[in-house]
This record gives sequence, C-alpha cells and structure tokens, in this order.
Amino acid sequence: MIAAADLTVQRPRTLKQALQLLRDASAENQPLTPMAGGTDLFVTLNMGQRPSARYLDLWAIEKLRGVEATGKRGLVFGALATYTDCIESKAVHKRLPILVDAARQVGGVQIQNRGTLAGNIENGSPAADGVPVLMAADATVVLRSIDGERRVPLAAYYHGYRKTERRADELIVAVEVEVPDGTQRFDKVGTRAAQAISKVVMAAVGHRLAFGSVAPTVVRARALEAYVEAGGRDVAEAQRLALEDARPIDDVRSTAEYRRRVVANLVAAWLGGLDKPPRTR
Amino acid sequence: MKLKLHVNGAKHTVEVAPMKRLLDTLREDLALTGTKEGCGEGECGACTVLIDGAAVNACLVPTCQVEGAEVRTVEGLASDGRLHRLQRAFLDNGAAQCGICTPGMMMAALALPKKSSLEQIRAGLAGNLCRCTGYMKIYDAVAQFLAGEKR
Repeated sequence: MIAAADLTVQRPRTLKQALQLLRDASAENQPLTPMAGGTDLFVTLNMGQRPSARYLDLWAIEKLRGVEATGKRGLVFGALATYTDCIESKAVHKRLPILVDAARQVGGVQIQNRGTLAGNIENGSPAADGVPVLMAADATVVLRSIDGERRVPLAAYYHGYRKTERRADELIVAVEVEVPDGTQRFDKVGTRAAQAISKVVMAAVGHRLAFGSVAPTVVRARALEAYVEAGGRDVAEAQRLALEDARPIDDVRSTAEYRRRVVANLVAAWLGGLDKPPRTR
Repeated sequence: MKLKLHVNGAKHTVEVAPMKRLLDTLREDLALTGTKEGCGEGECGACTVLIDGAAVNACLVPTCQVEGAEVRTVEGLASDGRLHRLQRAFLDNGAAQCGICTPGMMMAALALPKKSSLEQIRAGLAGNLCRCTGYMKIYDAVAQFLAGEKR
C-alpha cells in the first residue's frame, strides 16, 4: 500500500502538452517529477518515501518510444525506450552490444519491460547498469523545454549524488549515441547476475571507460583514459589511475576495499584485451 | 478518478487514485487476490501480471498507466472450472509448495517465447523468486507446457 491519494499526476498525450505542463508548474514553483515506467519511483514509494507529490506521466506519449538507428554508427533512444527495446533492437546488437549485455542484467524481464534508459539516467543512481555503457560510448542527453532544445554530454550531466543538469521545466526527450570505434566491454559485479544491484560496474568503448557504484555518480576514468590514449599499458599504473576517479565507499552492498580490488582487477582484464581486435557478433 | 480497465477479457470501471498501484487496484477494487505482494521492490516477481502480453511487476505500475491496455492476471487462466494447461503442468510436476510465487511464476512463464530453451526459461523467470519448491520442478513444468504449445 502506498498513500496514492496524496499523489497527483498529470497525463499529457503529446510532448508539447508535457513541456507546457512542466513550464507552468515550474513557473509556479510547484515542479512536476517526470515518470516513465515507474520501476525506480515505485520502489521508493513502496519504501514509504515520497520523493514528490506531483508527477508527470509520460507513458502515453508515443512519440517518445523506441530506438532508431542513424547514419553508420548512430543510435537515438527515445525517452521511453525500455531495456527490452534495447534487447530487441538489431541496431543496438550491432553497434553497442554491451548495452544489450547491460539491459539483460538490469533486473528481471518485468523490469526490462518497464525501465527506461532516460529514467535510469535522470534518476541519477550511481549504481545504474545502463548509464556506464552510455557514458563510455560518449552519449548525449537531449533536453527540451517549451523554448527549445539543448544537448549535454552524459559525462557532464551529473553535478553530484542524484543531482542532474535538467532544469525543472525541461524533459529528457532522447539520448543520442554516435558509437566510437574500439573494443567494447561490460562487467557487472554483484551478488548475482540478474536482480541484484551492482557492487561495481565497468563499461568500456575503445579507450573510454566508465564505472558505476564507485562514486556519488557514474564516472568516467579520465586519468586512466589519458594514460592509455598516450600509449601507457603498465597494469599497476593503470590501476592506480583508475582509482583516482573510482573512489568507492562502504555501503549496504559492499565495502570500499572490496570495490577497489574489483576495480583494479577489471582494469587489468580490460587492459589485457584492449589491443586485441574488437569482438564481432 | 474513474479509470476504465480491461482485465482478463472483462471491462471494469474503477474509482481509484491514478497513482494507486495496479497490484492494489486488482486486489482491493476488483477482488482479484491471486496476484500477490512480495518484496515491493521489483525483485521477487510475486506480483507479475501481463500488460498487453508483457510481464510487469504490478507493485511498480500506477493504475492510470494501464488504461486502455489488456491486463491479464492468474485468475484469467482457468476457464469454466477447467485448469489452464500451464496450471495443469505445475500440478503434474509438483511445481508449487507454499504457492506465493506461483501466480507470478505462471504469468511470467506465459510471456515466454513458445520455443524457449531451458536457458531462455531460466532467463525469462530470473525476475521470479521461489523460496521453497526450488526452480527445477518449476522449469520442468514450464518446459512441459511450452512443449505442448509447439504441437
């Protein structure tokens, strides 16, 4: 049971209506919280917390659904693109196969059917499985308000724990990826493969590397990337540099010490496979 | 708010808060108590129902989002006092013990592709936890059901 009667929800049918509602609400200083599949939101509500009393239900806006392939290596994920959409997309399999790996591990089928990439991004959990993949692939978040659109690199989207770049009158309308060249790799270390929130996630596309669950936000390993870019291949040095950006803490799921060890081991494994030809499917 | 719902082939109009969980609307407003609440976190799958054929956790779905969709619950399986073949397969294989996971387990199984391998059955049911029977008998039941579907 949740106190549903205390929660209001607006249900626009078009994107334009949604953006107008967001603008009006934010002008009145009564911001609306966008809702997609509800898989994160309702867990929070079920725990007796109330992140907001006012919601904007996007689920009926058909225009925001689906995954599209653009050009030779582009992917555009609508704000309502689910993990199942990613798993079923031939273009995602071909261009960003590690996103399929992440999507399959994000939870059971029930969660995959309702959880969205954009929701995962906006919710801002440092443990989100899909976000490191998108961040390693240099994804761009497309934010729109009634006045227009702006594009923000996902790697610059977070300002702190669950703090994002989005203004109260804006909505994530899409996530764009121009998949960079290079070997892709995805590792999720958790208690079990499905249904468990990660202890550490690592995603890599070429020299680009992102970690989940090791900092207040999903992070890029910039220091290590620069070292590898310049030709550095020393494992101990790479591990040291990774831990400049990956600064895990002790929490309910794991300890900082264990996570540092896992990060170091994953970096060693990644470095070992880096100069081998990319895998094909 | 008045919401029109389509559940197990029947039309209903319910007066509920739009953010009321589908799970609660089913159990309290439609008296369909076959759908169980387990963890409330989207991990155990006890509340699994089908929305337009896709398995979802009813504890994480606001009722307003299923307006216009076809909802199927465990009560939609048996008809005219005759068990659905999937239920028969669970019986035949001893795939239920305490029974709490069983409705969700069956609804998730119904969403599986018809020619699922054991691996696919396991992946498709990874979002459904059983704490007593164990999974092998459940997989056996689902495999028997799917084998019959192929014919």
